[in-house]
Amino acid sequence: MSDDAVDPRRRRFLTGTTVVIGGIGAAFTAVPFLSSFQPSAKAKAIGAPVEVDISKLEPGQRVVQKWRGKPVWVVRRTPEMLENLKSFDASALRDPKSEKSEQPEYAKNDWRSDKPEYLVLVGICTHLGCSPSFIPEAGAPEVGATWKGGFFCPCHGSKFDLAGRVFAGVPAPSNMVVPPYRFLTDTKLIVGEDKGAAA
Amino acid sequence: MSNKLTALRDWVDDRFPLMTLWNDHLAKYYAPKNFNFWYYFGALSLVVFVIQILTGIWLVMNYKPDATLAFGSVEYIMRDVDWGWLIRYMHSTGASMFFVVIYLHMMRALLYGSYKQPRELVWILGMCLYLALMAEAFMGYLLPWGQMSFWGAQVIISLFGAIPVIGGTLAEWIRGDYVVSDITLNRFFSLHVIALPFAIAGLVFLHIIALHEVGSNNPDGVEIKKKKDADGKPLDGIPFHPYYTVKDLVGLTVFLMIFSAVVFFGPEMGGYFLEANNFIPANPMSTPQHIAPVWYFTPYYSILRANTINFLWIDAKVWGVVFMGLGVLSFFFLPWLDRSPVKSIRYRGVLYKGALSIFVVCFLILGYLGLLPPTEGRTLVAQICTVTYFLFFLLMPIYTKLDKTKPVPERVTM
Repeated sequence: MSDDAVDPRRRRFLTGTTVVIGGIGAAFTAVPFLSSFQPSAKAKAIGAPVEVDISKLEPGQRVVQKWRGKPVWVVRRTPEMLENLKSFDASALRDPKSEKSEQPEYAKNDWRSDKPEYLVLVGICTHLGCSPSFIPEAGAPEVGATWKGGFFCPCHGSKFDLAGRVFAGVPAPSNMVVPPYRFLTDTKLIVGEDKGAAA
Repeated sequence: MSNKLTALRDWVDDRFPLMTLWNDHLAKYYAPKNFNFWYYFGALSLVVFVIQILTGIWLVMNYKPDATLAFGSVEYIMRDVDWGWLIRYMHSTGASMFFVVIYLHMMRALLYGSYKQPRELVWILGMCLYLALMAEAFMGYLLPWGQMSFWGAQVIISLFGAIPVIGGTLAEWIRGDYVVSDITLNRFFSLHVIALPFAIAGLVFLHIIALHEVGSNNPDGVEIKKKKDADGKPLDGIPFHPYYTVKDLVGLTVFLMIFSAVVFFGPEMGGYFLEANNFIPANPMSTPQHIAPVWYFTPYYSILRANTINFLWIDAKVWGVVFMGLGVLSFFFLPWLDRSPVKSIRYRGVLYKGALSIFVVCFLILGYLGLLPPTEGRTLVAQICTVTYFLFFLLMPIYTKLDKTKPVPERVTM
């Protein structure tokens, strides 16, 4: 075959179509590999609601329960603690009315809870997912003299009050998340479902 | 005997470019004759890579990538496997020493302008290696499944969650679960022992090929290829082998003495190489009182934490992630940010010397602050250092242009 038998346009067309068709094939082949990274059916299934027994919870204490692999806290607040929540300057908190935060309708109030006494929170900082420490004492040395009790994230220094509301000037963007929950009895609540359907 | 060996070599050489490779990259690869202390770290990083691969292969023989077994299997290696403690400490020390030599290797480039034309690709491939190494170290750190492993991974993966719109899905996709779990551990194991080591090996190959194409820079920043003798050999060059292989052997001996001292006398390095909290099994219900990444990530971690202000309608959280990412990526642009006509610090003026000194000090302060719990004062210092860090890059085109440089000699000095 001599050189002048070569048709470069035809050759370019064949190369081009081979690359395009091959590329499409490779893209489709990549789908199962990339999709296999998503949460598996088993991981999705472990999301059932959990019951929390609060009969032994004294005022000022907290219990921790695992729900969907995350810590869920139930804090029983004293009347003093509830009183303290009102004393914050609006400018001291980033979202005092919980307008840009995640919570069920019945927790979108000053207490961020259904019953004012019991606070239920997903115990994960809204910044980067650490679990903040529960520091109920006022003026605790690690968080400063003006501290009125709340949660302090050891990772990046975010601070929350005893309603899980975030302070201004810390890295966390929003208040801590309140999961859906409802009281089964006075001493037992279920996390992961509320008066409506399961969340 | 030697005749037979020569015959064997020739037999191979007829079928494989053995002597061509040997000559091109060692025996007839001419490197500048004035390499100093700073030129050890490239070869040393290659040695550390080999140490990590070898000890890694042995660790995998006894390690179990399972959330219920991982922590115990590491303790099993430490206590019950013959010499297991040594292999494991070599691997953990190797991880930190890898970053020590890489940071010194990068410092060399900043001192002598090794990233400048015509070595831009060598630099970019090197920066890709740095990124791959960071990913490798991060994923490896999850495997012992201690408290720091768990919460470190939780924080770093959450960084991706800060990206608007797709962030949440992306973080879930990386974890394969709603929290860091057994699934995450298993896939990080796969990436740590297979995917990333392959990527690093490939990048090392490209890095060296690109370097040998343009030739090594030197402390004077003079191109030795410009002055050649009658045979076409650079006048200021000496063959890499035996001159630099022997020099690097001496450096390697000193390095291995330090390495062994750490392995045998202080493998935890006071909690900087192996953190105390990582001797507690991972507990998803409680974050340790004080968490900090391993020392080699702390400068970027400080930058992340320093962002506490919402501006331009974007949350502080997103800015933290953006600046952390830019902190690493800025290095990629150095070849084009630096407008100085000279390469080496020896012939640069006071502006670049000053800027580089301030940058190094800021990098060290950020690294130190990243190890400590945040307070208001420390956050302020970190914010100042973060701004200075970025000004080093942003203002570089200006101060390198204004800088009063000295004349560069024709030939290298010693």
